[in-house]
Amino acid sequence: MPHALLAPPQEAVQPILDRHARDPQELLQILVEVQHALHCVPPEAVDLVAEYLDVTRAHVRGVVGFYAFLSPAYLGDYAIYLSDNITDRMLGNRELAEYLCSRLGVKLGKVRADGRVSVRFTSCTGLCDQGPAALVNGLPVTRLTRERVDRMVELITARKPVSAWPPEFFQVEDNFRRSDVLFRRPFEPGAALKAAMLRGGDETLKDIQQEEALDPASGTLWKRGADETLKELYRSDLRGRGGAGFKAAIKWETCRDTPGGDRYVVCNADEGEPGTFKDRVVLTTYADMVFEGMTVCGYVVDSSRGILYIRQEYWYLKAHLEAVLARRREAGLLGRNILGTGFAFDIEIHWGAGAYICGMESAMIESIEGRRGKPRKRWPLPVVAGVERAPTVVNNVETFAAAGMIALKGGAWFAAHGTMHSTGTKLFCVSGDCERPGIYEYPFGVSVREVLRDCGACGAQAVQVSGPSGTTITRSEFDRILAFEDLATVGTMMVFGPDRDLFEAVENFSHFFQHESCGLCTPCRVGTSLLVNLVDKVAAGKGGPMDLIEIQKLSQIMKTTAHCGLGQTAPNHLLDSIAKFRPVWEARMMTREFEPAFDLDAALDEARQLTGRDDAAAHL
Amino acid sequence: MDHTKTFFLDGREIPFKDGQTVFDAAMAAGVYIPHLCHNPAYEPHSSCRLCTVIVNGRPFAACTQPAVAGQMIQNDTPELKEMRRILTQMLFVEGNHYCPTCEKSGSCKLQATAYDLGIQDNHFPQFFQRREVDASHPDFVFDRDRCILCGHCLRVSRDVDKKNVFAMAHRGIKTEIVVDSPTGLLKDSRLSVEDEAAHVCPVGALMLKRTGFTIPIGARTYDRTPIRVDSVKNFKAREERRHG
Repeated sequence: MPHALLAPPQEAVQPILDRHARDPQELLQILVEVQHALHCVPPEAVDLVAEYLDVTRAHVRGVVGFYAFLSPAYLGDYAIYLSDNITDRMLGNRELAEYLCSRLGVKLGKVRADGRVSVRFTSCTGLCDQGPAALVNGLPVTRLTRERVDRMVELITARKPVSAWPPEFFQVEDNFRRSDVLFRRPFEPGAALKAAMLRGGDETLKDIQQEEALDPASGTLWKRGADETLKELYRSDLRGRGGAGFKAAIKWETCRDTPGGDRYVVCNADEGEPGTFKDRVVLTTYADMVFEGMTVCGYVVDSSRGILYIRQEYWYLKAHLEAVLARRREAGLLGRNILGTGFAFDIEIHWGAGAYICGMESAMIESIEGRRGKPRKRWPLPVVAGVERAPTVVNNVETFAAAGMIALKGGAWFAAHGTMHSTGTKLFCVSGDCERPGIYEYPFGVSVREVLRDCGACGAQAVQVSGPSGTTITRSEFDRILAFEDLATVGTMMVFGPDRDLFEAVENFSHFFQHESCGLCTPCRVGTSLLVNLVDKVAAGKGGPMDLIEIQKLSQIMKTTAHCGLGQTAPNHLLDSIAKFRPVWEARMMTREFEPAFDLDAALDEARQLTGRDDAAAHL
Repeated sequence: MDHTKTFFLDGREIPFKDGQTVFDAAMAAGVYIPHLCHNPAYEPHSSCRLCTVIVNGRPFAACTQPAVAGQMIQNDTPELKEMRRILTQMLFVEGNHYCPTCEKSGSCKLQATAYDLGIQDNHFPQFFQRREVDASHPDFVFDRDRCILCGHCLRVSRDVDKKNVFAMAHRGIKTEIVVDSPTGLLKDSRLSVEDEAAHVCPVGALMLKRTGFTIPIGARTYDRTPIRVDSVKNFKAREERRHG
């Protein structure tokens, strides 16, 4: 260990272990806390954790190595991660990174010799509407400017703890620019649960306890409320908001009807798709709505165990979310006896540690169970055998929020909004070249053009819909509608103004997928790297038309053979870009013919390093 | 058990039993589906993706796809062969495979599959990744250069030997197999020659020492029998042993 650690590993790790059960499923949660305490997971900690949980060291090392925010090596007293989404780049993060590194005297990706600070890039931090953004010791710093960087350098030089930094550095805005029927007013905790439990009964009753038959022992009304709520969910035709659009009611019913002990309700708050930040806003301002949706789900599918799986980038929301859960327990909305009915349900929070793949259902479940976030075999589906192989509903934050409102207001109310096959409203995360980036709620079926008009994005040349894994659309497609019928989307819209070089997005996105590939299957593990090599070759001005053909061929193979959605969608942006913005590629081409990827001069680099030569004669 | 259910594989009617995968039913009927990460003796893993087939128009890994009556499945098509060829070339450029000097040559599933698919070259530029060789153990050499991350050693050590000697570390293109021991070296691990995991590597990554040339080149498994014939033969022999 080159630098003094923040504390001796034994001293720091033991209290963390004491807070967790001796259950291998706790592994990731323990490692996250160790990382926060020590700014690394050193070998001594690996040994302690492995011994405590009775798992192998290699297993612990494997989990540490999988997650981007867990590091075997010390990251410095101040660990700085700069968000590196294309929207951060558009706001000048690369120049700021260079400036920050030169001011600190640190090399990008390395820890300064005195162990004080390190600076590195990370995938999108979900602050695209207020970037360029960074995480400093896990806390988000927004709207970086040269002035802000200067202040940060002063604070680091003066060894000021991050807790004593100016609070405005950490100010995260909701930027909720347009609300519609779902998020128009504050949510009243308990309202949806009461409505669900009383549904189908005497609607004049205000108080649940008045319905004496709600006693689960007698069962009739108890079951009636759950069944009637499921019917409302069917009536609403709510489709999953994570992008795939699977009907929530079918998922809930399948879970309920699958035998297999106690079920799980999992809320996916791992929004890793670059350009997406709605979960952050919903959990900041409408956390009750989400937790209530989860609780209604628990009631409908007969589950007592809820899990919120949330990305590490939102660690700063920990105290807030825990407070909301505590308040709900006090109010009888969570716990062993919800609203006095005997219904038991509680929610615990599981933290991700930097892995886009964990947004994928089965990878998330592996991660919840404390392992590497590797997708499971395709069958059985999580709804049949999910967490601990129990039937598990996994829905995303926005889906649970909508489900809560449907329980309250009914399915017909919800289905009256949106389109035939995409009912209700949807949150859109708008960022990039526009005057008013932020969150917009629209009924499904809104056109891209309308969103662009509302956010003040005149003259946009392209929009990346649904993130890098989604669709790139051109100006001529702006009348297309955002709905499952046309542009299915997780809600992400990154706008590119008329002067942007779209090849920068291609580079950013392809490197993103290479970095996030879990490594399980051949086409994604190797394919994402082959694609990066080809894109970099074109970027270096050494590409030719053959390279575009090669990219298209590889893309097709990945789409057909990759194990999960990550590898299948990773090449989408490349195919779109080549089909719709070919001049962007051709402008960089060295030749219209074949160019070999092998670069003789670059191949001599190692020989130059070994011989310590860098004179003209050592180059071609 | 229902023996009468069938699906169609490249137009041929294939019988299957409930719970059987497309892969198992096809192999039992004598149809070879190329594969590298799957060993029919163990649970499938569906990571190499070579066994991708088209089921009713959609691609699935045959090794984990349950057979369903009436399915129309494509396996031996020029398109799938081309995909399998490219997936195999990916494995060749990702690692560092030196067939001419590798003592596994002739018994190597990667090499034999490449021959079967008609691969003439690696096509893609080599990655030249730096990977650790662990020759510390008196009985084994673990050469990560030749590892194709099929996970056989890991799964068999965990599920059959109950020793958990191996684990996957890092992710993406940097994924590698690590060894459970205080030093991370095989010599300090619990791996022994008696372990099943010591003998399941389909390529030349985990090799027994001092056995390299006991069988001369030219007389090795796939020198004598092409992999598509050998795989089906082995599969049927195992089925017969199991069902007596």
